[in-house]
Amino acid sequence: MIANIGLAALWFAAGLALLQFLAGAQGLTAKGGVLAALVRPVAIMQGALIGLSFIVLVVLFWITDLSVLLVAKNSHSAKPLIYKLAGTWGNHEGSMLLWATVMGLAGAFVAWIERRLPERTVLATLAAQAFVSLGFYAFLLFASNPFTRLDPVPAEGMGLNPLLQDPGLAFHPPTLYIGYVGLSVAFSFAVGALLTREVGPAFARAMRPWVLASWIFLTIGITAGSYWAYYELGWGGWWFWDPVENASLMPWLAATALLHSVSVLAARDALRTWTIMLGVVAFSMSMLGTFLVRSGILTSVHAFAVDPTRGAFILVLLALYIGGALCLFAIRANTINEGKQFTVASREGALVFNNVMLSGILGIVLIGTLYPLLAETMGDKVSVGPPYFNSVGAVFTIPMLIVLAVGPMLRWRRDSFTRIRPVMVLPALVAFGAAVICAVAGVALLPLLGVALGMGLAFASLLPLHGRKLRTVKLPVWGMVIAHFGIAVALFGMASDAAFTKERLVAAKPGDTVAVGPWQVTFQTIAPVAGPNWTAMEATLQARHSGGSAKELHPQARTFWAPVQETNESALATRWNGQLYAVLGDQGEDGRWQLRLWWKPFVTLIWYGGLLIALGGFLAMLGRLASDLRRVVAKDKIAYRRMRQGR
Amino acid sequence: MSAPEQPRRSGGNWAVWLPALLFAGFLAVVAYNLSNPAERVVRSALIGKPLPEFALQAAVPGQPGLARADMADGKVRLLNIFASWCVPCAVEAPQLAQLKAAGVDVVGVAIRDRPDELQAFLARHGNPFTRIGADNVSKIQFSLGSSGVPESFVIDGKGVIRYQHIGEIRPEHVPLLLRQIEEAGQ
Repeated sequence: MIANIGLAALWFAAGLALLQFLAGAQGLTAKGGVLAALVRPVAIMQGALIGLSFIVLVVLFWITDLSVLLVAKNSHSAKPLIYKLAGTWGNHEGSMLLWATVMGLAGAFVAWIERRLPERTVLATLAAQAFVSLGFYAFLLFASNPFTRLDPVPAEGMGLNPLLQDPGLAFHPPTLYIGYVGLSVAFSFAVGALLTREVGPAFARAMRPWVLASWIFLTIGITAGSYWAYYELGWGGWWFWDPVENASLMPWLAATALLHSVSVLAARDALRTWTIMLGVVAFSMSMLGTFLVRSGILTSVHAFAVDPTRGAFILVLLALYIGGALCLFAIRANTINEGKQFTVASREGALVFNNVMLSGILGIVLIGTLYPLLAETMGDKVSVGPPYFNSVGAVFTIPMLIVLAVGPMLRWRRDSFTRIRPVMVLPALVAFGAAVICAVAGVALLPLLGVALGMGLAFASLLPLHGRKLRTVKLPVWGMVIAHFGIAVALFGMASDAAFTKERLVAAKPGDTVAVGPWQVTFQTIAPVAGPNWTAMEATLQARHSGGSAKELHPQARTFWAPVQETNESALATRWNGQLYAVLGDQGEDGRWQLRLWWKPFVTLIWYGGLLIALGGFLAMLGRLASDLRRVVAKDKIAYRRMRQGR
Repeated sequence: MSAPEQPRRSGGNWAVWLPALLFAGFLAVVAYNLSNPAERVVRSALIGKPLPEFALQAAVPGQPGLARADMADGKVRLLNIFASWCVPCAVEAPQLAQLKAAGVDVVGVAIRDRPDELQAFLARHGNPFTRIGADNVSKIQFSLGSSGVPESFVIDGKGVIRYQHIGEIRPEHVPLLLRQIEEAGQ
């Protein structure tokens, strides 16, 4: 019964999206449409209905309604509540519904709030948004219906993939999805601007909060996902260059570039076509990533929906949307003025360089991700791994980081490198010093460069605050400084992990003591334990840091029984200067247990850095929204005064 | 708000079509792949040919390396090309263990790997190999006509390549491989 409400809401939302598209398109015609007035209310209603549909699915999972195929396939009555709810999006159909929901809600929000742009641009944007939504509605209704019923009703569900049963993962996919799909608004704005040819600072200011918000969610999502992979997979690594990870990284790279170019457009009215292009590319990368993951066309440890029919469906959508937008871009790009000019040694120049480098990295990741696919067409099966991504990506990353240190010190429009040379001496010296120390310590080249650049950049990123009264520094500047500082922090963490990690792999029996880095780890006991839907062998380790107090660690080798799967739950001891990472393996024939221990100095900085980056974005967004609000209030005041004077 | 721009008469810039063209190329490749569901059984040009001459150092301490001479002693073997940095290799580990349990002698060639990482990989995913050679420059890999990891070859008792399996060994491939190994032994 409840399921039928969800399905009905989905159908109605799809119908409204069609209406929204048609009314918007008619509104754009030369005569001006009579239906144009419908677009905003329809967009809001569409958002409400698709939101309802999603809530219904959440409720179905909550009450474990096994008459619904999706619930029966992905849930189980013995599952903790949080994972029942997380089960809503831990599967293909549910996550696609979440996708459509975020799109619908975003469209509704634009319809409700956006009053600054010319009505034609808003109409075009909402029509584009509806057109994209329509494809996903069709996909849901015809190829991935989340509300399909099951008759007879099974006695019990099949459970959720145990790897996904983790609090971090319960919120990781929705965070990423909000980021991916939030970029659809930037895409629709870009398409709208191409249709109406109205590109300028006002357009950039309207687009910017969406880009910023999506980018913040993507940053948090990627950071959380990386930490999840780090402690849940039990491999000690934090990034595997897996297609699914790349699928989230590529939109982030594009959004980062877009974020910077949209700022140039808002502040200086330059880089018009480039910004539009990035707007198209960013959401295209979201869709492409989703396609690659969902179609099962690439082998991935994450792949959970392998189905060629669905793959074909998403491919058609991709062709329609990305292909359509790129063709529209090609037709219109020459008719859009590139905007104001600037010299190389200027803030814009640095931002353009940063954009080109980010696009370069994006290209590297895209090629690395797609190469196995291309090779397969030629009849080969290959896997592209870290040796490629790390070394080739560095070619673009290193110059980008250097410019990242210098760029914020440059003035808009025209500046000279000689002017800022004196202030850049200190960060350069810091970087050089760090490099020398690492070289003496025998650190490999890439980690060495990482440590050096991280240290130098940490200093350089704070320079924009130099000589200013901190209280008068505007929020967006704080945002920039903190985000750039976050990059330095994360980079230092990555390099430190690569350069200084100590690892021990031992077969141990209770009573043994193992040394790893500055830690003495004593294997005390091992005992079976049981959870709600798993049983495990749990080791008790006593870890003593040199001179510190002892900590207890409990790594587990777990066996889930619905569905049957074994996982290794790692155990971590965190100090300010790093983490001890312990994994319990299998028991050998001699009765001893495999124990893997890592000491990873400063590894946590990777994720703290990621959070700082997101925090920077958040501050920038607050600052922008506040100044937008002030602008609106000021406008209202002027209008009010005029009105009074007029009377 | 800027007024709508006047169309610029620059004679058209062909570069603006580049993204659309690249994307069209991508679509073509993907559509081709989708319409030809992954053929994981590909006949290699090297099938029926003897193994090329090679001698690889041990990839991990405590386990012997691998040379062509080790392979022509009358015993059928499965030669698995893998790497600790390769995700599908981890995926196929249980299947290799299964093959080993079925009595197959599995030998490995580790591609561009490091001993510590390799050891970690074997500890984590199991070690089905009787010998592991280190191919640090992908030399043997190329001479075997293999372009990626993972890949597996059935080598008969005379050191002749009898079968090539491209990509990871999935559970459904195990019976097929066992049959090939049995045929190679006849």
